[in-house]
Amino acid sequence: MVIIKDNKCDFCGCCVGVCPENCIELYEAKIEIIDEICTDCGKCVWACPFDVLELRVTKSKKGEIA
Amino acid sequence: MGFGKSFPEFDYYDIVVVGAGPSGTTAARFAALSGAKVLVLEKDRDVGYPVRCGEAVSHEGLVQFIEPNPKWIASTVKYFKLVAPDGTVIKPNLNGFGYILERRIFDYELAKLAANCGAEIVTKAYVNGLILNDGKVEGVKVLLNNSEQIEIRAKIVIGADGVESRVGRWAGLNTTCKLQDMESAAQMTLTNIDIEPDTCYFYFGEKVAPGGYLWIFPKGENTANVGLGIAGIYGRQRHALSYLEEFVEKRFPSASILTVIAGGVPCAKTADKIVTYGLMLVGDAARQVNPVSGGGIISGMIGGKIAGQIAGEAIKKNDLNLIFDYENEWRKTLGQRHERYYKIKQFIYKFSDEKLNEIARELSKIPYENLTLKNLFFTAVKTQPSLIIEVMKLFI
Repeated sequence: MVIIKDNKCDFCGCCVGVCPENCIELYEAKIEIIDEICTDCGKCVWACPFDVLELRVTKSKKGEIA
Repeated sequence: MGFGKSFPEFDYYDIVVVGAGPSGTTAARFAALSGAKVLVLEKDRDVGYPVRCGEAVSHEGLVQFIEPNPKWIASTVKYFKLVAPDGTVIKPNLNGFGYILERRIFDYELAKLAANCGAEIVTKAYVNGLILNDGKVEGVKVLLNNSEQIEIRAKIVIGADGVESRVGRWAGLNTTCKLQDMESAAQMTLTNIDIEPDTCYFYFGEKVAPGGYLWIFPKGENTANVGLGIAGIYGRQRHALSYLEEFVEKRFPSASILTVIAGGVPCAKTADKIVTYGLMLVGDAARQVNPVSGGGIISGMIGGKIAGQIAGEAIKKNDLNLIFDYENEWRKTLGQRHERYYKIKQFIYKFSDEKLNEIARELSKIPYENLTLKNLFFTAVKTQPSLIIEVMKLFI
């Protein structure tokens, strides 16, 4: 699961642009990740210029450790 | 509602543009010019702010759309200096000049031009869905002023919603940017620094900006946009801001930081499909960025103009299928060239630091008068014979 780990987010939308599942919602000053759709692929985490996101080790959607 | 626009329940537009950046307002301007009823929706409180851009444009690109005005020009740029990893500086002969803009004012001016042509502009209007009917886009779902969820119907929707675009994806167009094509960018506007006000600097190398480059774009005498983009795949090890902080601490230790921004630049080919029934995409949303330079202001405005004109024509002739011409028009005007640039980018950004240094040494032997950007490119290729065949393929 991808978590927003602190309040450094600048709301630039880089993560939204690379998200293959279209599961990040970006408002003027807020982002939300829809866990039910997210597949823990991690692309948003690496694309983030400010290191705001973190992929937490968790049970993946396929029941394996992600 | 205390202020702002209220929409009657069955309000109807010919064209709704999502996003009030340069591509969106240019599309709106040219659509309105042909007599269409146009509405532009901007999610933020302001047009033109926050700025997420290096702000560089060429003179010849700009004048196609607006007369240069000192009100929104921070610097006039006559020279480029390209810095190799070992510090070798190459100064190409540009045969032209350009500007560093004040985007927050520039974007306002473009929005005013669109409004003067008859387009309506509404801010704090967050588009969070499309009205779809049997696969056809028939309008947008909008959250107004963070409070009121409404629907606005339109014959054509133009998605100009930037790097974070989702408008296309809601309608089934795949505009997701590959991680290796997304430049993860950070920029600081620094003041109290020593710079050359007429020169743009570009730094290359895996230690400075892997899979991208670092820029210093002057904004007046002692101020500059200093930023960098790294290819998204490299963000796994280290994030863009950390590279930028390291450079700024070393190069401009006594700078005052006026602003720090994050951004994403989709340095990709244009998306395969940028039109579907009732929907057109322009600018970053369509991935209309120059894949080598990452420049997207002018190319996005070119996309916006073509889309706006075609959409206006489709409304006038009452034939919505005309919008499918847009894809072809874009390809002919710029899309094909971007495909070639994309191939060039793919091997440029694979050069090792040693190779870049070697190329820079070759280039430094060429006198300034002869070092055009074209010459620079071919000399770079010659230093790596294995590339010649690859490059030949681009031009056949």
